[in-house]
Amino acid sequence: MSAAALLLLSALQASEPRPVVVASKPFGESYLLAEMFAQLLEARGIEVDRRPGLGATEIAFRAIRTGSADVYPEYTGTGLLAILGEQPVPDPRKVFDRVSREFRRRWNARWLPPLGFENTYAVAVRRETAERYGLATLSDLARAGRSLRAGLTPDFIGRPDGLPGLTRAYGVRFAEVRALLPAVKYQALAAAEVDVIDGYSTDGLIARYDLVVLRDDKRFFPPYEAAALVSGDLVERRPAAIAALTELSSRLDEATMRRLNRRLEVDREPVGRIARDALVGLGLTAAPTGAAAGSVPAERREEGSFVGYLWERRTELFGLARRHLLLVALSLAAAIAAAVPLGLALERLPRGAEVAVRAAGVLQTLPGIALLAFMIPLLGIGVLPAVVALFLYSLYPILRNTYTGVRDAAPDAVAAGRALGMTPRQILGHIRLPLAAPVIMAGIRTAAVINVGTATLAAFIGAGGLGDPIAAGLALSDTWMILSGAIPAALLALGVDGVLGAVERVVRPEG
Amino acid sequence: MDAGQAPQVSALLAERVSKRYGGVIALDRISLEVYRGECVALIGESGSGKTTLLRCFNRLTDPDEGRVLVDGADLAAADPFELRRRTGYVPQDGGLLPHWRVRRNVALVPWLRGERESDGAAERALRLVGLEPERFGSRWPRQLSGGQRQRVAVARALAARPGVVLLDEPFGALDAITRADLQVTFLALRRELALTAVLVTHDLAEAFLLADRVGVLRSGRLEQIAAPADLRAQPATPYVRDLLERARVAG
Repeated sequence: MSAAALLLLSALQASEPRPVVVASKPFGESYLLAEMFAQLLEARGIEVDRRPGLGATEIAFRAIRTGSADVYPEYTGTGLLAILGEQPVPDPRKVFDRVSREFRRRWNARWLPPLGFENTYAVAVRRETAERYGLATLSDLARAGRSLRAGLTPDFIGRPDGLPGLTRAYGVRFAEVRALLPAVKYQALAAAEVDVIDGYSTDGLIARYDLVVLRDDKRFFPPYEAAALVSGDLVERRPAAIAALTELSSRLDEATMRRLNRRLEVDREPVGRIARDALVGLGLTAAPTGAAAGSVPAERREEGSFVGYLWERRTELFGLARRHLLLVALSLAAAIAAAVPLGLALERLPRGAEVAVRAAGVLQTLPGIALLAFMIPLLGIGVLPAVVALFLYSLYPILRNTYTGVRDAAPDAVAAGRALGMTPRQILGHIRLPLAAPVIMAGIRTAAVINVGTATLAAFIGAGGLGDPIAAGLALSDTWMILSGAIPAALLALGVDGVLGAVERVVRPEG
Repeated sequence: MDAGQAPQVSALLAERVSKRYGGVIALDRISLEVYRGECVALIGESGSGKTTLLRCFNRLTDPDEGRVLVDGADLAAADPFELRRRTGYVPQDGGLLPHWRVRRNVALVPWLRGERESDGAAERALRLVGLEPERFGSRWPRQLSGGQRQRVAVARALAARPGVVLLDEPFGALDAITRADLQVTFLALRRELALTAVLVTHDLAEAFLLADRVGVLRSGRLEQIAAPADLRAQPATPYVRDLLERARVAG
């Protein structure tokens, strides 16, 4: 990557003084708590940078560890089991003490005192299923499970305190277990595609679909107390921010939270308004006189068409598309600058060529989200790691097409040019490169289209772009919101391909 | 060789040249002299070493042993690019640059040599091979017939007025009628320009028609080299006799 691009990126990265970076995981309650953190900080005069829906536990916690984010809402049980990898403990107080001590010792990360409610796993069924099989507890489920189909999140299927532990503790077996994304599990249950799902005890959708949550009669699920997880850096350098965040401790009970979640997930009120009402209701902030809160992932849907929905958001979407295009342009330009000269050089080094092209090919096979997650410890969150990841993704098609295009270009003409006294440099510049140009451009077009699609994942590491509404829409089960990111992204891919296609026609040699 | 002619000046000389590719011996201590103004045809089966020997004269191949001289100068010390730019070369497939028009293709070597009037040289060379520059100069190679493409390749080899022209089966891929046309053109050019030429071919009739002397190669060695009439009259080895027999049956 060129030095100029790095400079530009670091300019985009951050400016002093650094605002407090408030992140969340990609689901409704996490968005809501993060927005409450953000508004509370702002009410205390502290500047905030919101990164809603940054990523799942792994990504969000890495962002705290590496100082890319300062605070996000996390659950003590998740800290104990998923991050520390320890066995569940039934006593909430012991869990909190354990994660507090270990997180501070290992990563200098701190848990602020819990917010006051638990959001543990809940196993839910439709009311008619509960009545037909007489289900009230998880022990009842163990009895009837073999006639039921379960739709569980991949997370739950894999975690020791999820399905494996449930099977051990209750002996639950299902007729079938299907992996479902959180965004679709409630719809799948309501549509009777599955009979049992996992959820969270504070999910607003439990009430909306009139579901029955089965009681954990053996107290199997560990305590999941919600708390603000903050970086050591914030504790040491921004005591005012810590003081503000601690004001929320012990102020939210489960009933309050379920009510707030319902407003978000069921009534589709904007997260900013719910957070504002909640803070006012708790007496933590004054009732607003007018202006709305900052960046808000969800807006209340007015009656009307999808086109109208897009039109209302045109300014926001235009900005996201511009950011998206910036990510694509920077990473693609860097990939062209690296892969084209490398491909030309490899033509002279046929032995190293296959190795290099295959190495780039291996990069291509890494799942996009994994590559992005891998970038966080190295480069933090934001534009830079996203551009680097997209750059790595774009290398392979460009490198492969440059190398093979140049290698296979008109062998007769290359041999004749050599026999008549052309130097290798002249052969490259006057024969191989012009004849390979259409093939190289085809590689660049492939890379660009892949890049526009993959850049939607950049939202998960806080780089913005059209992935933002996709991630938020997935988290909130909001199809229009998902499409408001996905459709412009698809159009952008077509547009970029069209422009590069025109370039390809220009560079195609005559004759 | 023939008594009664002017004293012969050596243009090309290969002395005990050997070349191996891995375990395969392509040239086995072979010697060959070509005189100025002479055309020598090299004939032999695939793998006999005829193309390898040809490529030694413009350093597309460097011998493992022995030495190669052009106009008395040892090629081991020559700049290969400068050497190739003063040595004409015609490959079998023409090897025209598909993205260059005919005129630019023919002007390649004068352009490489930094000559100012490279387009003029190209047009003169096109006329030599019977192609009007006004009609053909602006065409793309794909707009030419196979015979026209080979004529352009010959023009390209001649455009910089080389001392020596190397031809590697130049007419081998053409149909019989077109090949005969090009052979006639080449004969006329040889006389007109007093070309020194080495012609690799697998066609004995073509060798007899175009060359002053014909060298028969087998397994990297020269079986016999002689004027066509002498070769016909006095084949030196059973291999050469067989070759003549087969050509007679075929022809």
